[in-house]
Parts: sequence; C-alpha cells; structure tokens
Amino acid sequence: MSKSVIKVVAMSCLVLCTVPTMAADGKILTTAGLSQVEGSGGGGLVPWATLAGYDSRDETSASFFITDVNVTDYRLTSIGVATSFYDRVELSYTQQTFALPASLITGLSLDSEDIKQDVVGVKVRLYGDAVYSTYPQVSVGLQYKQLDSDFVASYLGAKDDSGTDIYIAATKVHLGAVAGYNLVWNLTARATKANELGLLGYGGPDNTSYQVMMEGSVGLLLSPNWIVGMEYRQKPSNLSSVEEDDWKDIFISYLPNKNLNITAAYVDLGTVATKKDQTGIYLSMTGYLW
Amino acid sequence: MVNLLKASFLALSIFLVACATPGKAPQSLYDEIGGQPTIEAITDNFINEISFNETIYRYFEKTNITRFREKFIEHLCVNTGGPCTYTGDTMLRVHQGQNINETDFNLTVDLLVNAMKKAGLTYPQQNQVLKVLVPMRGEMLYK
Repeated sequence: MSKSVIKVVAMSCLVLCTVPTMAADGKILTTAGLSQVEGSGGGGLVPWATLAGYDSRDETSASFFITDVNVTDYRLTSIGVATSFYDRVELSYTQQTFALPASLITGLSLDSEDIKQDVVGVKVRLYGDAVYSTYPQVSVGLQYKQLDSDFVASYLGAKDDSGTDIYIAATKVHLGAVAGYNLVWNLTARATKANELGLLGYGGPDNTSYQVMMEGSVGLLLSPNWIVGMEYRQKPSNLSSVEEDDWKDIFISYLPNKNLNITAAYVDLGTVATKKDQTGIYLSMTGYLW
Repeated sequence: MVNLLKASFLALSIFLVACATPGKAPQSLYDEIGGQPTIEAITDNFINEISFNETIYRYFEKTNITRFREKFIEHLCVNTGGPCTYTGDTMLRVHQGQNINETDFNLTVDLLVNAMKKAGLTYPQQNQVLKVLVPMRGEMLYK
C-alpha cells in the first residue's frame, strides 16, 4: 500500500472520528455494510441489497471509500463516492487503477503501467429491510464500466472496452441466529460480460454474450462493531488467451460508529492474466460524510 | 490456499450448524437474562435513557410514566417467555397517531440496547431480546 493512500486513510479516520455529528444515522449501526470493489454498497467483492449509507427513508447520505487489493503480482486500487437517497436509490462513481507487473509491461511494450477503469453504479431497493422484514431485503442494480484505454483488452482478444453488469441481490440479517450472535448473508446473481471486472475488457473469443454469475457472502457479528465473514464471487472465462478464476476472501470489519468502517481481508484471486496463485491482502475504508 | 479457504468454510459451516442445535432443554429467555429483577432494571434504564434524549422524549411528554413502566415490564416479561400477563393496549394503539419515523424508531432501539447493556445483558442476550420484539415494528412505524 503506497504511503499516499495510507496518509489519506489516516487523515480520513482522524477527521471522521472527531466530527461525529455529520453523518445520516437513521439506520442501525453496521446495516450500511461496506464498500464493494466496484463502488456499490456491499461486502468487499460482492454488491449487497443494502444501500451505501446510513440514510433512513427520510434521509440522504454520502460516502467515499478507498480499497487497496495487493496480491502477488498485481495491485488494484479503487477510489469512489456513493450517495444514497431515502434508503431507496444508490448512485456511485468509482475509479479503478490496476497496476501490472513489470514483466507484463515490457512483454506487451505498454506505455502505461496501469489499466484504469471508471465504474458508474445505480442500485434500487425493491423490497424489505435486511434486519426487520420477514423476507430478505432485495435490490437490483447495474454497474456501467468504461476502460480508459482498450490496448490490453483488445490485445487479449476482448470484444469491447466497456460493459454493463446487471445484478439482483438479496441480503438478510438473522438476529441472535448463531448462539445469540447475528448472522448476515447475501446472495447476488450478476449478468456480465466482464473479464476480471472489465479490467481486461468485455467478452472474448470464448463468449460474447451475457452470462449469469453467482456471488455470495456470509458474516457473523461478533459485537455491535466487529464482523467476520467470507465471500465468493464466480467469474466468467471469456478470453481463451488468459484463464480467469473465481474470487474468494475471508474478511474482518471494524465499524466503530456510523462515520467509518475499516475492513481487512485475505483474498484468493486464483490465476489473473497468466499469473497463477494471486493471493494477498485487501484493505478498505469507507467514510460517511452525511 | 484454496484448500485453506475450503477448510475454513467447512469449519464455519459446522460451527454454525453446531451452534444452531440446542444441546439442552430450552430455558426461556426470561430466565436466561435473570428474570423479573433484570426485566425491571431494563425498563428503568430505558425510561432513564428516554428522559435524557430530547428527540425521543417528546414522544413521551404526555405519557403516564408509572403506567408505562408497569405495562412495559409486563410486555418484556411476556415476550421473553416469562410468567406474566400483558394488560396493556396493543402496540398499534399505543403508537398510533405518533407517526414515528424510521430514524427515531432506530434511535429508540439504540436506547433499549443501552438499557439492556446497563442491566448486564450480554451481546447475544441483547440480540435475542431484539429478535422477539422485531415483529412488532410494523405496528409502531408511521402510524
């Protein structure tokens, strides 16, 4: 993790911990969840049905997040903002920077060592409240993604440099379900053409149409402020030139108040663009502005 | 590493199943948290929390606190499986006309959690009390 990112995170923590009156606080602590790597409210890898803020149905909220995924040969940084309106609609914008290893940069004679992508997300809550309703909270969403440059994507055989993922997510908190502790689970079905989140383009020689991928999360609230859990994200494999694996993680999140959350995870991304066994550390922080 | 993840997923699953299976005869939540003295302590703490919270206190300005205390104790006792009879009004009748919004409702839940914490309930016990009260939310919100 670069020094500048650490500085930003440290400063944000400081500001948010000392200014406790700014955030929308109509929801119960932890029910805003975390920030997902593509900017939607969720877990870390998987978008959830919960919206990215503590707004109740009479409030609005805004948040920003930084996520840094540092694996064996790659590093992905996501920085974004999200707003949520009346616990109904969530809008998000995220920029992803995917740093490539030197061997790939020289091998492909790239003029940039990063692949950058913008993601615009919209999510609408259709039904329920993850804590209170009998059935799980259900939301639908989409993530429109656009690569800054299609050089690597087209070199690998991807069809497009932009794409839209469409998902439906269900999230439920079961109070006192596990020896009195609260259990949360989420299940998401995503229609996508994206190769490695779209960082390697959309579609490819092996497949050009939408495929439905399943994503899931399960977590346990150890206290009002601590959650441990794991996630699984199924991925398509559209490019014959480079293999793509499903992603997994084990996470621990600390949510001291409704202004801040911090997550650390161990991620296993499998093979990413010819590099095997991409494992490493995922760090993420969300700050809630109001 | 995939194996480690698989193993930990399996371990968590087994843990969850094991915990979900009660090993002994079920004791009522009422007895588990300490019976009538605890229920009374929660209620007194809750009244105290409300009286120091400007936002929530305004819903109680015209409330007969003695009656509220008595009925709330009965309500908590009955819903946690204690040997009481609830003689108060329905949740709908009690909350009707107040137009309680979601923010204030959740804030009151926080006050109740504080009250339970101060009465010595563990986090799992607090969760279980909330669990039995949650189904009544529909009769309280925006009525």
